[in-house]
Amino acid sequence: MKVLVTGIAGNLGRLVAQRLLEAGHEVIGIDRRPWPDRPDAIRIFEADIRKRPAEDVFRTQRPDALVHMATVTHLTHQSQDRYRINLGGTQAVFEHCSTYGVQQALFIGRHTYYGASSDSPLYHTEAEPPMAIHSFPELSDLVAADLYAGSALWRFPNVDTAVLRLCYTLGPLKQGTLAAYLRGPRVPTVLGFDPLFQFLHERDAAAAIVTALSKRVRGVFNVTGPAPMPLSVLVHECGRVNLQLPEPIFRLSLGRFGLPALSPGAVGHIKYPVVTDGTLFRSATGFEHTYSEDETLRAFRDAGP
Amino acid sequence: MIPASLIPLPTHPEVKRRVEAIELPFSRHGVDPFGVDQNELARFFTLLRFFYYHYFTVNVFGVEHVPTRGRAMLVGNHSGGWAIDAVMVIASMFFELEPPRLAQGMAEKFLKKVPFLASFTNSIGQMTGLPQHSVRLLEDDRLLLVFPEGARGTAKLYHERDSLVGFGTGFARIALQTNTPIIPFAFIGGGEAIPTVVNLYGVGKRLGIPYLPVTPYGVAWPLPVSLQILYGAPIVLEGSATDTDEAIGLQVDRVKRTIADLIQQGRELRQGRRSASELKLA
Repeated sequence: MKVLVTGIAGNLGRLVAQRLLEAGHEVIGIDRRPWPDRPDAIRIFEADIRKRPAEDVFRTQRPDALVHMATVTHLTHQSQDRYRINLGGTQAVFEHCSTYGVQQALFIGRHTYYGASSDSPLYHTEAEPPMAIHSFPELSDLVAADLYAGSALWRFPNVDTAVLRLCYTLGPLKQGTLAAYLRGPRVPTVLGFDPLFQFLHERDAAAAIVTALSKRVRGVFNVTGPAPMPLSVLVHECGRVNLQLPEPIFRLSLGRFGLPALSPGAVGHIKYPVVTDGTLFRSATGFEHTYSEDETLRAFRDAGP
Repeated sequence: MIPASLIPLPTHPEVKRRVEAIELPFSRHGVDPFGVDQNELARFFTLLRFFYYHYFTVNVFGVEHVPTRGRAMLVGNHSGGWAIDAVMVIASMFFELEPPRLAQGMAEKFLKKVPFLASFTNSIGQMTGLPQHSVRLLEDDRLLLVFPEGARGTAKLYHERDSLVGFGTGFARIALQTNTPIIPFAFIGGGEAIPTVVNLYGVGKRLGIPYLPVTPYGVAWPLPVSLQILYGAPIVLEGSATDTDEAIGLQVDRVKRTIADLIQQGRELRQGRRSASELKLA
């Protein structure tokens, strides 16, 4: 199968590309960023997914499947550009899929779209609407992109579409939302709150994406790994110091004193759990994670600075 | 309630042993998939042990009606100005059953906004009061604790202490949906422990709680009285979760009548007009 990966030069994109290659697929990618030491078999088209050259990749390469990972998730990156890539880009690639005979499309989203608040349920199911628009407005373009991708299920019935809402990924690459939060020697938490956190080894995340492709699932799926663990345990197991700060001080110190910068909406995600129920995906694909929570944390901790 | 984690209390060895005997899927870190924490439970029940055995005199009847495994819903009356009824029912399930069980209640939503109470209530298995949580816990074959009177139930004044206010119907639909037996129970004595004369709703609102109960001696600290908990025989509801409100209402009435009868028996027991051997719990 010929698989097109948008956002292939990202950390998870690279893992997915390598895994697809190992599984015997032909892999091509679109990204504005370079991937210098990539395997020779992987061809990359340097293009912006919203522009004509990207459409030309669909037209000339005729991929069988799309893995859409070209979303800007850095919340510190708050520009018009980000909105255009996340929403406009997603709209463009799904339209290209329908136009150019792509049979399968995967949208890679995040579990944080469900949002966190004091009265939200633990273990969100796919039936629940993503509430992050309300509790975490900075995520609204990504939530909209996720919902748009879901609408491809009825909009483009000729394309088998799956929306994967991945929980946090962690591992030796030390990249991603959770890794950035845990990067420093001291991790700030909100005093008196200890939410459950759910994470998956980055290799397992890549494996889940490849599995979704090979099983050709349709629909919206939460992708989860081991059972969630309290933030305090997570911080401790990473060998970090848990800096418990009263909420007003927590908010003031973000991005200062060597502590991570978080957007205001993210504070809810440090106080309340965002935990999803991944059983639907597991039963639809037979996916099982291979790294336990402890192995994942050890890999993250031992990967050096 | 003070978070037990803030009290540097050595855990009681017997309590620790019982916590380890609770049949929940605890991880290597002593935490289950809902965030229930064995260390926190051990501290909590060490504290409760004093109140259960020494401070109050808790008499439990019919505990054999509670299944030691599998899903079940404890449904009873509120008694006392705040959660001492829930806390003592949780304690009775822990200290009286073999193996001990963790009764998991549906906590008031405001608790989850308060620092410490948020993490504390969660780590002892008391989740936000949401129907999704009830269903999920029951489908996981756990023991759910429900007070269908809700916050109106804890707001009963001293002279109303052994009455029942209106029941919500959500619990009956959830019991039908998940095929869960209901274990009715009556809690007697909470009104004597916390003899509320007035509830201050305005002050409560300012404090971020539903209301502030006031007793003749001011604060709502419970008095060391005797408490009775009577567990009745399991009730299996008839019908389906999608029945009309009217049909569900009949099932709710059946449970409510059973609880009212248990309360009546408990009162007579408390007043010495009935002996323990004369109780009819089945």
